[in-house]
Amino acid sequence: MRVAPHRTERPDRWWLEPLITVVVLGGFVLYTTWAMVFGTSHFYADPYLSPFYSPCITRLCPADTLPYVPWAYSPAWLIFWAPLAFRLTCYYYRKAYYRSFFWTPPACAVPDAAHRYRGETRFPFVIQNLHRYAFWVALIVVAFLWIDAVKAFHFATGWGVGLGSIVLLLNAGLLTLYSFSCHSCRHLCGGLFDVLSRHGLRYRVWRFVSRWNEHHMAIAWTSLVFVAFSDVYVRLVSASVIADPRWLF
Amino acid sequence: MAAVAERPARPSTEAARSDTVTFRVWRGDASAGEYREYTVALDEGMVVLDVIHRIQATQAGDLAVRWNCKAGKCGSCSAEINGKPRLMCMTRMDTFERGQVITVSPIKTFPLIRDLVTDVSFNFERAKEVPAFKPKAPDPDGKRRMHQEDVDRVQEFHKCIECFLCQNVCHVIRDHEDNKQHFAGPRLFVRLAALEMHPLDTNDRRELLKARAGLGYCNITKCCTEVCPEHIHITDNAIIPLKERVVTEFYDPVAWLARKLTGRDRRRGIVE
Repeated sequence: MRVAPHRTERPDRWWLEPLITVVVLGGFVLYTTWAMVFGTSHFYADPYLSPFYSPCITRLCPADTLPYVPWAYSPAWLIFWAPLAFRLTCYYYRKAYYRSFFWTPPACAVPDAAHRYRGETRFPFVIQNLHRYAFWVALIVVAFLWIDAVKAFHFATGWGVGLGSIVLLLNAGLLTLYSFSCHSCRHLCGGLFDVLSRHGLRYRVWRFVSRWNEHHMAIAWTSLVFVAFSDVYVRLVSASVIADPRWLF
Repeated sequence: MAAVAERPARPSTEAARSDTVTFRVWRGDASAGEYREYTVALDEGMVVLDVIHRIQATQAGDLAVRWNCKAGKCGSCSAEINGKPRLMCMTRMDTFERGQVITVSPIKTFPLIRDLVTDVSFNFERAKEVPAFKPKAPDPDGKRRMHQEDVDRVQEFHKCIECFLCQNVCHVIRDHEDNKQHFAGPRLFVRLAALEMHPLDTNDRRELLKARAGLGYCNITKCCTEVCPEHIHITDNAIIPLKERVVTEFYDPVAWLARKLTGRDRRRGIVE
C-alpha cells in the first residue's frame, strides 16, 4: 500500500505558477493568431517589419525581404511554423505547457490529471525528439531578423536611429540568445563528446553555451514577450497611433 | 589578576522552550493508516527531524522513522513535509509560519512499511540493470588519464546521496504505478549520465536508456531538480543531455545517414 498519492498535502498556492503560464502563454497565442490572421494591414512601417512577418516572402509584401512567393493571404502564414516549432519543442516550454495545459503534473507532488501516461514515447509527443531540426530552422529566421534589424536603421533619407530600430535590434538579440542557449544547441556544440578535452574550441563553445543555458527559461519568457511587443510597436507606428522618435544622420 | 566575567546563567531547557508546534504525522502500515496530531515544545534551531524525535520520545515511542546522519548526507530521512518531498533533517522549523499545523507523511511513490518508513528497494533493483563502468585500455605506461575538464561534468552527478526524493516526486511513477515496469526514474538517469559521459568508460547504455530505462517517459517537468537536496541539475545536466544522445542514436535521420556513410558507429552494441 502507498499513502494516497492521488491527492496533494501542499497547502501553498501551487496553482499560481501554472495559472500565470496559461495566462501569458495563452495570451501570446491569441495575440499572434490575431496578428497573423487579422493584422495584415499594419505589419510594416517603413523601414520596420514586424518580426511575426519576417522573412516576408510573398509578392504582395511591402517589405522587400524575399518577395518571390505568389500568395494572396497573410505572409505570416508561410513562416510562422518555424518559430512555433522551435518554441513548441523547446525543452523549457515543454515543462511549461506540460505542467500548465496538460497537468502532467500541474506542480510537483500534485497528482497528474491524466489516468494513463506514456510521456514522449508515442505520437505526437515523440516528435519532440526532433527539436534540433527546429533549432536549425529557427537559426534561419533569426538571420533574417538580423537583416531586418540592420534595415531598420536605413530610412528613406539615409541612415539613422529610430526607437523602432532599437526595438527590432533588441528583439533580434533576444531571439539569438534564446536560440543559442537552447539545450539542443548545447549538445551539438560539444555536449555529445565524452572527452571534451580533445575538442578545445568546441569545449569552450560548450561552456559558453552552458552558461547561457542556465538562464534559458528567463530568456525564453523575455524573448517571447519582447517579440510580441515589437509587433505591437510596429503596428502602432504603422497605424500612426504613435510617432516613432528618430535621429537621422 | 584579571577578573573573569561571570557567565550568564544558562536557561533551563524548559525555560528556553518558547513555543509549541503541532504535527500531523502519518501513522499506519501497509494495511491501514491515518494522520494523528501531536503537539510538542519547540526549541530554537530545531529541524523537522528533531520534532519527530521529540514526538517519538514523549508521545509515540513506536513511531517508525528512518534516519542516520542528521546532516543531509545519508539520504535516509526523506519524507513529505506539507506535501513537499524533503529531507527532515534539512528542513528548519523557522521556515514555517508560527501556529501552522505541519503535515509529515512518508514518501508516497514507494510501498509503506510503517509510519514514515517506506520500502525503496525498487531503486536498488533498477540500479542492478545499469551496466557497470568499463574502462578503456590503459595508456602504454599502464596508466589511465583524465583531464579535469572531462570529469567536471560527471562530478556533479557523484554528489547524489540516494535520498530518492527525485524518484518520489517524479509523476511518471508516483501517479502511474504501472510505469514502474518500464521507467527507471531520475536517480537512475543521474547514475547513467555519470557513466555514459565518463571520459574513460566504453559501455554504451543508449539502448538501455531508450528501452528498459524509459527515458522517453520523462517529460522534463523538472520536479526532480526542484527537490534535489544536493542541488544537482538533474534535468538540464543529466536527463536532457541523455535525451539528446538517444535522439542521435534512434531518431535523427541525418545522424543515422552519417553513420551509414562513414561507418562510424560509436560504441554500438556493447550493452549487455
